[in-house]
Amino acid sequence: MTELMTPLIALLCPLVASALILLCRKHPNIREAWTIAASIAMFLLVLSMAPLIAGGETVRCILFQSMFKDIYIGFKVDAFGEIFAITASSLWVLVSFYSIGYMRALKEHAQTRYFFAFCFAIMGAVGVALSANLITLFLFFEVITVSTYPLVIHEQTPEALAAGHKYLAYLMPAGAFLLLGITITYYLSGTTEFTPGGIRALASASPIVVTGLFFAFLLGFMKAAWMPFHSWLPTAMIAPSPVSALLHAVAVVKAGVFGIVRIVGYVLGMDLMQEVGLWLALACIAGFTMIVGSFFAITQDNLKRRLAYSTISQLSYIILGAALLTRDSIEGAMLHIPFHGYMKITLFLCAGAILAATGKTKVSEMAGLGKKMPVTMLAFSVAAIGMAGIPPVCGFISKLFLCKGAYAVGSPYGLAFLAVILISSLLDVIYFFPIILTAFFKSPAGTAEETGGAGEGGREKITEAPLLMVAPLAITALLSLAFFFNQNIFYIYDLARMAISDLFGGG
Amino acid sequence: MLLVEHFPVIIVGLSMFLAYTMLLAGYINRRLPFFMSLAMNFFFLFLSIFVLNHVLTEGPIRYWQGGWRPPWGIEYVVDAMNAYLLIIVISIVILGLIYSKRNVEFEIEERKHVTFYTLIQLMAAGLYGITVTGDLFNMFIWLEIASLTAYALIAVAGGRALRPAYNYVIMGSIGACLYIFGVCWLYSATGTLNFADMRLLLPLVYDNKAVQMGFAMIVVGVMIKAYIFPLHLWQPDVYTYAPSTVSSMMASVHVKVMFYILLRLFYSVFTLDFIRHYIGLDLVICWVAAAAILAGSIWAIKQRNLRRMLAYSSVSQMGYILLGVGLSPLSPWGLVGAVAHILNHAVGKGCLFMCAGAIRQQEGLRDIRDFEGLGKKMPHVCAAFTIAAFSMIGIPFTAGFASKVFLIIASLDASQYPFVAVLLISGLLNLVYFWRVIDRMYFARHRGADDPAEAASDAPATVQEAAPSGPSNSAKSGRPLPLSMIAPILALASLCIILGVIWLTDIPSPLINHILSNLRMEATI
Repeated sequence: MTELMTPLIALLCPLVASALILLCRKHPNIREAWTIAASIAMFLLVLSMAPLIAGGETVRCILFQSMFKDIYIGFKVDAFGEIFAITASSLWVLVSFYSIGYMRALKEHAQTRYFFAFCFAIMGAVGVALSANLITLFLFFEVITVSTYPLVIHEQTPEALAAGHKYLAYLMPAGAFLLLGITITYYLSGTTEFTPGGIRALASASPIVVTGLFFAFLLGFMKAAWMPFHSWLPTAMIAPSPVSALLHAVAVVKAGVFGIVRIVGYVLGMDLMQEVGLWLALACIAGFTMIVGSFFAITQDNLKRRLAYSTISQLSYIILGAALLTRDSIEGAMLHIPFHGYMKITLFLCAGAILAATGKTKVSEMAGLGKKMPVTMLAFSVAAIGMAGIPPVCGFISKLFLCKGAYAVGSPYGLAFLAVILISSLLDVIYFFPIILTAFFKSPAGTAEETGGAGEGGREKITEAPLLMVAPLAITALLSLAFFFNQNIFYIYDLARMAISDLFGGG
Repeated sequence: MLLVEHFPVIIVGLSMFLAYTMLLAGYINRRLPFFMSLAMNFFFLFLSIFVLNHVLTEGPIRYWQGGWRPPWGIEYVVDAMNAYLLIIVISIVILGLIYSKRNVEFEIEERKHVTFYTLIQLMAAGLYGITVTGDLFNMFIWLEIASLTAYALIAVAGGRALRPAYNYVIMGSIGACLYIFGVCWLYSATGTLNFADMRLLLPLVYDNKAVQMGFAMIVVGVMIKAYIFPLHLWQPDVYTYAPSTVSSMMASVHVKVMFYILLRLFYSVFTLDFIRHYIGLDLVICWVAAAAILAGSIWAIKQRNLRRMLAYSSVSQMGYILLGVGLSPLSPWGLVGAVAHILNHAVGKGCLFMCAGAIRQQEGLRDIRDFEGLGKKMPHVCAAFTIAAFSMIGIPFTAGFASKVFLIIASLDASQYPFVAVLLISGLLNLVYFWRVIDRMYFARHRGADDPAEAASDAPATVQEAAPSGPSNSAKSGRPLPLSMIAPILALASLCIILGVIWLTDIPSPLINHILSNLRMEATI
């Protein structure tokens, strides 16, 4: 246990930046500089803890002791938390550049509000990652919910406002359930600390109470978009693309699955989940979401909505990995958090680039884009291949672990879930590959060329989106490739190993 | 006797004296009363800090008026609970005075300003008196002073406020009468009016129907005053039509002090034993509180007038405090929650009512539906409104979240599980009606270039009501808000966050421990 101030300073970066962004609202370049500076600083600070944590240490930073016994607000960064923190903070750097490009290309309104809220959202996400206990996690979790609202309704059209209201209608009651779960946990066990293997005192509670507690937590983590409480996510796609990319592919939804894995591994514990049979309930919910999410994705023509349903489906891979309770499956889940993050963000950034450069939002309109926006569509293809679990992109690695983990369950259930994973991967192919095929191998129809497509404004030549947008998505695509060859970039693999040994003990 | 032990009576006595002096000074110069009041209240705040310090380090202050020993003399007793409340009351009075300086110029005729400040000072004196007294009849006197001045303050601007004020006069007087009748029953059974003495004598006569009657009458009387559901019916109209400063001060401190009477009755005169075992009232109180919480919020959702919405919200929030009190026989965390919420709500609701007044003063808007684009026109006020609203909803890092957590833990600790659901649902209901306002202020329909009605739609959609006879109503619309109004609003909003963080730490625990032990509950913190 090392006591360092790094977690606190890392979280102060976006907080201070948000104030500076407000102050510099009349000077866009300086204002944007604060976001970039804060994101880089935060990423470096978070990364600096990685070698320590991968070596087995935990970084602790207690903020305040509360009036309740054993409840304190503070950070305890273990390997699993560090994985999520690195994912969120590294991607914030890239999405900051992208946001600048996007906002300026589309001449968006309310940019100060956008960057201001973004800081808080990321602070919330990384705060969730670094939390030492459920109560700290809750504080930052609600910060995420509140701060992402202005981002979701950014366009301020009636549809955007309705989407925002739906967003809150799902996530605020989720917060209530989460608070319920946390207070019950405290009441039953006197603590809310994340303990590898679960909080011991909970094991002596009656199975009915534990089941109720588990479902309270599960409802609390509606951010993980598990069905049937998923529909806030496709509706939230009305947000600007950088928001959908970072928040609804990485920060918000990953905070949700992060929470679920924390509950499975560090609050209830694998033994209790096994004993009460909750693993099967969770795995069934996850399996259902995986398959049905993929089916919905196939039916969507709007690109971002298709990606949203893909996200819903992919998140359940992580949930399934956690639910299966084996070493490999949980490791696969933990690896899928960053790997899916990078791949999904590439996809969303590409969607945004396509919107900015051509105004197109529908897959059916994307014929011939492969020639006009080669970098973007190449990045898209790389990420899509990875999402389907095909080498040489990192998605293959995490899915491999998940499959091994499912097989390791041993009982027929394991094989059933293995089948679910494979079927869902096949479905992934079915909804991603047509996009690639349309973009590269179809030529745009004659009429489409004349009218110039939706919202193009009579432009004759489509080219790539501005560099500020294309560079980040190229980088995330390259990283997705790179992760396949070296899973230890940013220490991810070592951290995952360390987290597994925390949970299961031994190498 | 130490000097500090005189401070409570100095605060109270000087307040009364000051009020009449202000009235006379007003003949010399109309502007003097405000400054006198402000200066003296700062002085009182200064004194009250020493009082709190003494109480936390040495113990309760007992002051015998005129040197006459209790139980025949009137005793002032200040323990941790009232010292804490006294500081809150004085601080809010000060912030309210600062806010009122320019606000009364807008809402009330010039010739009434002197009497307005005199009445505010008298009401403050009454509130301070209730807070520090240790005698039942003395409490009635201060209660009446606070109430009569409140009636007058509500009506001072005339116009639409007159009927609600009259309504309040009737209901409030009934409440005060019930209180004094209750005191009479208790006196007849025990022969004393002093809290401490009565606490010793009452257990001997718990069975006496007169005593139980007295208790019931006092409780109902105070419920009317503290607008606890279902005896709240006078309150919404009053808060909607009273001058903004008055609504703000009443919602934040006047009602808390009335609640305090209930707290003293439950903990220091009667004991929790009586409430739990003799009359089994504790769960009834909890359920009344739950009804208040839910009913208040549901009514608030239906409201379009901002202040009426805040009024119903206050009814709901009083339910929180009552729930804490009701749970306290079973769990000390209930009392912690109630005590915390007294402060948290005072800060939050005070800020919200001040914002409502500011919005009316600068833009002339009362109806929520007209608030579109307000976030740009009044950025500071809207930001403060948002923060205070978050506190009411119970979003983490704000003050309201802390009270909610305390009450949830109290419900679990007391094994009264339904109230956990009530509290969580209430947070969501609050979200519904507050978020509506925040949405309108900041995120209303995106006004693109093709919206020609942009300028025209700035005018309020509703017809201006026959406004109270403020002379400069229309002249002020559109002019920037004076600093003296923005400063208290921002101060209270900042406090919502600062207190929100402080309640998460263990900084308040010495105070909480003292309050619990002074009210003779085990300090399990």
